[in-house]
Amino acid sequence: MESFLQQILQGLKLGGIYALIALGYTMVYGVLRLINFAHGDVFMLGAMLSIYFARWTGFGNQPSWLGLGATLLFAMAVCGAIGGVIERVAYRPLRNAPRLSLLIAAIGVSLLIENVGQLRQVFGPTPQPFPALIQTKTVAQWGSLTVSNVEILVLLVALGLMAGLHVFVHHTRFGLAMRAVAHDHQTAGLMGIPAGKVIFGTFVLGSALAGAAGVLWGLSYPVINPMTGFVPGIKAFVAAVLGGVGSIPGALLGGFLIGEAESLTAFYLSSTYKDAIAFVILILVLLARPTGLLGRKEVEKV
Amino acid sequence: MKVFWQNNMALLVVLLVVAAAGFGFQRHLDPYYYKILVDVGIAIILVVSLNLINGITGQFSLGHAGFMAVGAYASAALSVLAAGPWLNGLALGGAQKMVVEFVALGVIVIVGGVAAALAGFVVGMPALRLRGDYLAIATLGFGEIIRIVFQNTEQLGGARGISIPPPRSDFTGVYVCAVLCVAFIWRLVHSVKGKSFFAIREDEFAAATVGIDTTKYKVIAFVLGSFFAGVAGALFAHSATGYITPAQFDAVKSIELVVMVVLGGLGSISGSIIAAAALTLLPEILRGFAEYRLVVYSLLLVLVMLTRPQGLMGMKEIKLPWHRQPYQHKPVA
Amino acid sequence: MLEIENLHVRYGAIHALRGVSLEVRSGEIAALIGANGAGKSTLLKAVSGLIRPSEGRMRFAGTQELGRLASCELVRQGISMVPEGRAIFSNLTVIENLEVGAYLRRDSEVKKDREWIWELFPRLRDRQRQSAATLSGGEQQMLAIGRALMSRPRLLLLDEPSLGLAPLMVQTIFRTIRQINGKGASILLVEQNAHMALQVAHRGYVLQTGEMVLSGTGPELMETEQVKRFYLGEA
Repeated sequence: MESFLQQILQGLKLGGIYALIALGYTMVYGVLRLINFAHGDVFMLGAMLSIYFARWTGFGNQPSWLGLGATLLFAMAVCGAIGGVIERVAYRPLRNAPRLSLLIAAIGVSLLIENVGQLRQVFGPTPQPFPALIQTKTVAQWGSLTVSNVEILVLLVALGLMAGLHVFVHHTRFGLAMRAVAHDHQTAGLMGIPAGKVIFGTFVLGSALAGAAGVLWGLSYPVINPMTGFVPGIKAFVAAVLGGVGSIPGALLGGFLIGEAESLTAFYLSSTYKDAIAFVILILVLLARPTGLLGRKEVEKV
Repeated sequence: MKVFWQNNMALLVVLLVVAAAGFGFQRHLDPYYYKILVDVGIAIILVVSLNLINGITGQFSLGHAGFMAVGAYASAALSVLAAGPWLNGLALGGAQKMVVEFVALGVIVIVGGVAAALAGFVVGMPALRLRGDYLAIATLGFGEIIRIVFQNTEQLGGARGISIPPPRSDFTGVYVCAVLCVAFIWRLVHSVKGKSFFAIREDEFAAATVGIDTTKYKVIAFVLGSFFAGVAGALFAHSATGYITPAQFDAVKSIELVVMVVLGGLGSISGSIIAAAALTLLPEILRGFAEYRLVVYSLLLVLVMLTRPQGLMGMKEIKLPWHRQPYQHKPVA
Repeated sequence: MLEIENLHVRYGAIHALRGVSLEVRSGEIAALIGANGAGKSTLLKAVSGLIRPSEGRMRFAGTQELGRLASCELVRQGISMVPEGRAIFSNLTVIENLEVGAYLRRDSEVKKDREWIWELFPRLRDRQRQSAATLSGGEQQMLAIGRALMSRPRLLLLDEPSLGLAPLMVQTIFRTIRQINGKGASILLVEQNAHMALQVAHRGYVLQTGEMVLSGTGPELMETEQVKRFYLGEA
C-alpha cells in the first residue's frame, strides 16, 4: 500500500512537470494549429542553461530559496526569449504556407537545437549534473512512505504557475485576445486584435512555462543532456492530446494522468515499458476520442 | 508477351547491369566504398517508399523506422531459426553457393517485406483516419512502440541486439531490390489509377467527392510503403555487419528519413533518390566534421522550408530518355 | 464616408471585380445587392484589408487610404465589420464576445455601450454569461452586430446579415440596422435579400459578375425593371 502511494506521489511530481510542458503545446496549437516539435527542446534548454546560470552565480554551491527563485525566473525569462525568437525566425515566415511545411520546420528547429547542443563547443553530448538548488529533506513519513520537500516544491510551483496561467488567460486583455485568435484569426483581426503579436506572445508564454518545467525536472532528475527534452517533450504532447489539444484544463489533467500511468507502469510492469505506455495511451485516445477528454469538437475548415 | 518485353526491356537491362556491376564491385572495389554503396541502396529504398506515403499521397508518417524494424527483425528471426542453419547444413561452395544464397536472400527479404506490410496494414487502417499532424504523432508513437516491444523481446536479443547469420545482402541484392522498388512505385503512381494518390495529396475532400475511395488508396500507399521499408530492414539486417539493435530504429531514424524525403522534394521520386544518395554520402565525405553532420542536416531542413518549401526537386522528376509520355502531374495553382 | 473608385480585384486568373465604384455618404445606409458570386463579399474583403486590390482607390472619411491597411488597423480608423456567417467566437461567452469587439478601447464608456447593446438586443442580456455557442442563429447575428458596434464604428460593414435566418428574425435585424443608423453610423449593407435591403437603404448598388450595373436611391432601384425581375422576383 505504501509503495503504491509512493508511486502515486512520484506520478504527481512527474505529471506536474508534464502538465507545465503540455500547456505550451496546447496554447501554441490553439493559436497556430502547429505541433511545436521544438517545445521539448526549449524545455531542455531551460534545464541546461539553468546549470550554467547556477554555476556562474554560485547558487549551485549553496542551496537557498533565493537561488532557486532566481534560477526559476532566469529559466523562464531566457526560454521565453528563445521561444519568441524561434517563432519570429522559423515560423512567422511560414504563416501562409501549408501546415505541413510549418510542421517540418518545427521538426527542423528541434533537430537543430539538439544537434547544436551536442557540439563540444556548446553543451557537449555528455550528461551534466543539475545542481542541488535546495537541500533535499524528508518532510513527512508514514511507514515506508516518504515525502520529500522537492516533491512538494515541484507540485506547488507547477500548480501555482498553472493557476497563474488560468487567471491570465481568463482575466486579462491579452488572454481574451489569445482565446479569440485561437478560435478565428481572421475575425479576431477584424476586431482589431493583432494576431501576429498574440501568436508571438503565446510562444513566449508557453516557452517560459517550459523553462520553469526544465528547472523542476532538473531538481527531480538531476542529469541533463541535449537530448533530455525529446522524450518528455513527446510525452507532454501526448498529455496535451489526452486532455484535448487547445484545452488548458485538459493539459493539466492529461499531464497528471500520463505521469501516473508512467509511474505505475514502471513499478508494476517494467521500467522498460514506461516509455511505451504514453504512446499506447496516445494511440488509444486518438482512435477512440481524437478530441481528447476535455477538448471541444472542432470542425475542420475546408 | 511482346508487350511485356517492350514494357520491361529497359528494366531488365538495368537489372542485368546491376548484377554485372555487383559482380565487378565485389572483386575490385575497396570494401569501405562497397559498404557505402550498399548503404546508399538501402537508403534509396527507404526514402522512395516513404515518399509514396508522405510526398505522393500527402500523408505524414513519422514511423518509417518502426516498419523497417519489423522487416529487419522478421528476417532476422527467419535467418537465425531456419535459413542460417539450413544453408550451413548444405555446405555448398563456389557458384552453387552464390546462387542458393541469392535465392535465400530473396525469400528472406520478401518475408521481411510481408511482415512489415502486415504491420503497416494493422497500423494504417485505424491511424489513417487521422489527418496531418495527428497522423504524424500517431505514427511516431507506433514506431516507438514497435521499437520498445523488440527491446523487450529477449528471444530476439532484447536491447543488446541480435547477430544474424548469412546470407549477406550484397550490392547486387540491394540494388535489385532498389531498382524494383523504384520501378514499381514509379509505375504505380504514373498509372491511370495512380492519379488518385496525387488527388488525395492535393485535396482529400475533393478527391472523395469525385469518387476516389480515399481510404483504400491511403491504406495501399501505407501498406506498400511499409512493405518496402521492411525489405530495406531485411537488407539492412543482413548487411556486412550482421548485427542489429532496436536503438537503430528509433524516432531519430524516422525523422532522418523524413528529412531526406523533404529535401528531395515531397512527391518527386528522382528527388528522393538523389537526396537518399547525397545525404548518405555527405557524412562520409565530411568525415572530419562528423559531429556537424546532424547540425548541417537540421539547418538544411529549416532553410529549405523557409526558402523552398516544396523541396529541392519539388514535384519534378528527372526522366530517363525511354519513358514514354508519363503522366504529368501539375500542382494546382 | 467611404468612396471606392475603379476597384479591381484578381484571384490569380480570375478577375473578380472589374472597375467597381461606390460611395457611402455620411449617415447613410448603402445597400449592395447581387447574386451569388457577383463579387459582393470580395468587395467587402478588399475594404476590410483581407485581400489586396490590384487597382483602384478606396478612401475613408475623406483622407484615409484603405487597401494597404492591415485588417486589424481598420477598427482603429472607425470601420467595423459583421462578417459573413456571423463568425462569433463560440469558445467565449456572450459578454466576452462584446469585450473582444471593444478590444482597442480603453475609455470608461465601454460599459455604457454594452448597456446600449443590451437595450438593442434584450435577449443577449439574459444570456450574457452563457457560451456563445449556445445561441440560436438569430441571436448569434445579434451578437455579431453587437460586437461590431462595441468599437463605436463610424462605418459599419454588414455581410449578408439575413443569411439563414427566419423571416421574423430578418425583420428584427433590419429594424436594428435602421436604429443603429439613427444613432449616426454609416452603413454598407451587402445582401442577397434585395427586397429588405433596398427598403432600408438610402442608396443602392447592383453588382453583376464583378461589374456595377445599376445604382440609385433605394426606391428608385426598386422601380427598375431589371431589379424587379431578377432580384425581387416580380414578373
